[in-house]
Amino acid sequence: MAPGALPAASGRTAPSASAASSPPPRPATRPGDYAARSRRIIEETPEVREAVTDATLLFDRKRRSAYAEIESETWRRWAEGVKNHVLARLDHYLMEAEARLTANGAHVHWAAGAREAQEIVTAVAAGASARTVVKGKSMVSEEIALNEALEEAGVKVFETDLGEYVLQLLGESPSHIVGPAIHKNLEQVQRLFAQRLGTSPGDHPDALARAARDLLRDAFTSADVGITGANFVVAETGTVALVENEGNIRLATSLPRVHIVLAGIERLLPRLSDLAGFLQLTARAATGQPLSCFVTLVQGPASAPGDDGPEEVHVVFLDNGRTSVLEHEHAWQTLRCVRCGACLNACPVYRQTGGHAYGSVYSGPIGAVLDPGRVGLREAMPLPFASSLCGACGDACPVRIPIPELLVRWREEAQEAGLTPKTERAALSALAGAATRPRLFQAAARAATRFGASRAGRALPMLGAWRRKRTLPRPSRPTFRELWREGIE
Amino acid sequence: MKVALFVTCLAERYFAAAAADAVRLLRRLGCEVVFPEDQTCCGQPAHTAGLAADAREMAGHAVRVFARVADCDAVVAPSGSCAAMVKKVFPEIAGTGRAAAAELAGKTYELAEFVVRRLGVERLGTGLAGRRVALHHGCHGLRELGLDREARTLLEGSGAEVVPWDADRECCGFGGLFAVKFPEVSAAMADRKLDCAPEADCIVSGDPGCLLQMEGRTKARGLGAEFMHLATALWQGVADAPQ
Repeated sequence: MAPGALPAASGRTAPSASAASSPPPRPATRPGDYAARSRRIIEETPEVREAVTDATLLFDRKRRSAYAEIESETWRRWAEGVKNHVLARLDHYLMEAEARLTANGAHVHWAAGAREAQEIVTAVAAGASARTVVKGKSMVSEEIALNEALEEAGVKVFETDLGEYVLQLLGESPSHIVGPAIHKNLEQVQRLFAQRLGTSPGDHPDALARAARDLLRDAFTSADVGITGANFVVAETGTVALVENEGNIRLATSLPRVHIVLAGIERLLPRLSDLAGFLQLTARAATGQPLSCFVTLVQGPASAPGDDGPEEVHVVFLDNGRTSVLEHEHAWQTLRCVRCGACLNACPVYRQTGGHAYGSVYSGPIGAVLDPGRVGLREAMPLPFASSLCGACGDACPVRIPIPELLVRWREEAQEAGLTPKTERAALSALAGAATRPRLFQAAARAATRFGASRAGRALPMLGAWRRKRTLPRPSRPTFRELWREGIE
Repeated sequence: MKVALFVTCLAERYFAAAAADAVRLLRRLGCEVVFPEDQTCCGQPAHTAGLAADAREMAGHAVRVFARVADCDAVVAPSGSCAAMVKKVFPEIAGTGRAAAAELAGKTYELAEFVVRRLGVERLGTGLAGRRVALHHGCHGLRELGLDREARTLLEGSGAEVVPWDADRECCGFGGLFAVKFPEVSAAMADRKLDCAPEADCIVSGDPGCLLQMEGRTKARGLGAEFMHLATALWQGVADAPQ
């Protein structure tokens, strides 16, 4: 499965990312609390489940019909191939991108970890004497906890994606890669805006958007620095491509004097011609659109005073664990991810809770296979187990990341490392031990079935959990084997 | 045609009557059915839990058991999930026994898959005439084996009306170990399906695990839906067909 010729490990490190990797700041929530947090969300905030279910089902339906309009399997295989090619030669393409970006007049920075990335961005902001920053939606900025770092440096940060803005007002983190406030319903936003922006409680969504727009326009015109992520960076031309539907990224990349791009080192595409395909496929996967409403291509700063564009463009390439993911036998495939959120929309597990249950920047199926490589398997537990392995995510993924298979791989590593509950492991291994001895297996299964149906069976850890939410069925009497021996007419 | 029945753990102990109906159906369609009694579990619970060595051992046992059946043309399971384990996972985890695992994988079928794809039968009878059923697609049969029309074809080919269900391709939330590790999430998944289930005489599925999950949740909530294994529905479907 791995691409043919992976370069040596050292060659894959970002060129000047020599400083020791610093740990990412500890998030306020942890994956380890998934069981408790998912239970709490389902039981105490049913409106979250309702909002997330409605939105993801809509996105997933749109994605499926957008796939049906094209030969999606051909497109997906092509996109998978392009990304595999890039990942097998990442060092080469990173250096090519650096050379082209530099030639275009952009400044290229390399950050091994979250802290370096924070330092680079705050230094650039300080250099621009920035007091206000406008941000486009960026998962990498979440990954490095950038807002906190900027605020600490005395810089006022405005999230300008409407969903992100809502969350900033609430002090919450995004719960979905593409729809960060997917867990909120209209009523909650109406209430929030009435309190904070002075709208009327029953205002139409258009009026709410207008109120936010008025406020954010002032931020756009007064901001010294615009910060965005990068959907794609084209190595051949040094082009940073950004997709969106609100227009806020267009403004954040063109109005402030300085534009800072945050890009994971895996964001590369080889050629500009590849971009055409990825823009379309990503839009179809993310929102079911043939193309997003806005596509912004950043080709460096304004070349002369008075020209369009910012005076300075900085591109920060972030490793933050990606190099070690690339070295992993299976997990490297997660680096194909284009952050479209299609796997979240397709996931019936995600749908019950939204992203906050996962306690990680990247939630849902992709987070569960990405995080063990990115932050460590121990820290990411039990996320690889938070899936029924239904396979819907794998079918939705535009770059064909075999998410269900990777979940099983991480589970295998978790078992080998002893990161799972001992009782669970013992029960399952006992089953395996008996399964190769048919008579023992039948006796054990008979005992377990009878015991499970009995009152005492409630004490069993696994059966108890089953019976907490479901009625246990009555076992068949006689069993099939007994029927077979009697003779089936 | 000689068919070995791979009854599967849950069908053996919770859907014995349905498994017997599968035997009757196969015989009615002209198959000789044998039941290798030393069969146990396909190992899927161990595989999905990440216990690779255990899963390999269990897969090896199943491969040996069915290899011993002389002149066996096909192995049929009344479970899309267990059939997918044999067909898709066994060859990958078999290690040195890869050839034998691949041979078993090549002749293993889920029940409806076997009837439609191997026997080429699409019309069974009129035993389900006037019945309105909702069909739940088990995830592994649907996505790993690509079985998106076989069960429906046979239900309709028995006279039943298969009523539309928005969530018919969504996971019921069983997922083996998942259901006991995260019971609230698992139950919420079942509820989502049940809450949008259409008016129907019963909900049919070819997977015992999904039926246990959905029926267990239905009873725990005091809902009224009825459930039926696909094998029983199909046997009822041929009931008045000529012998």
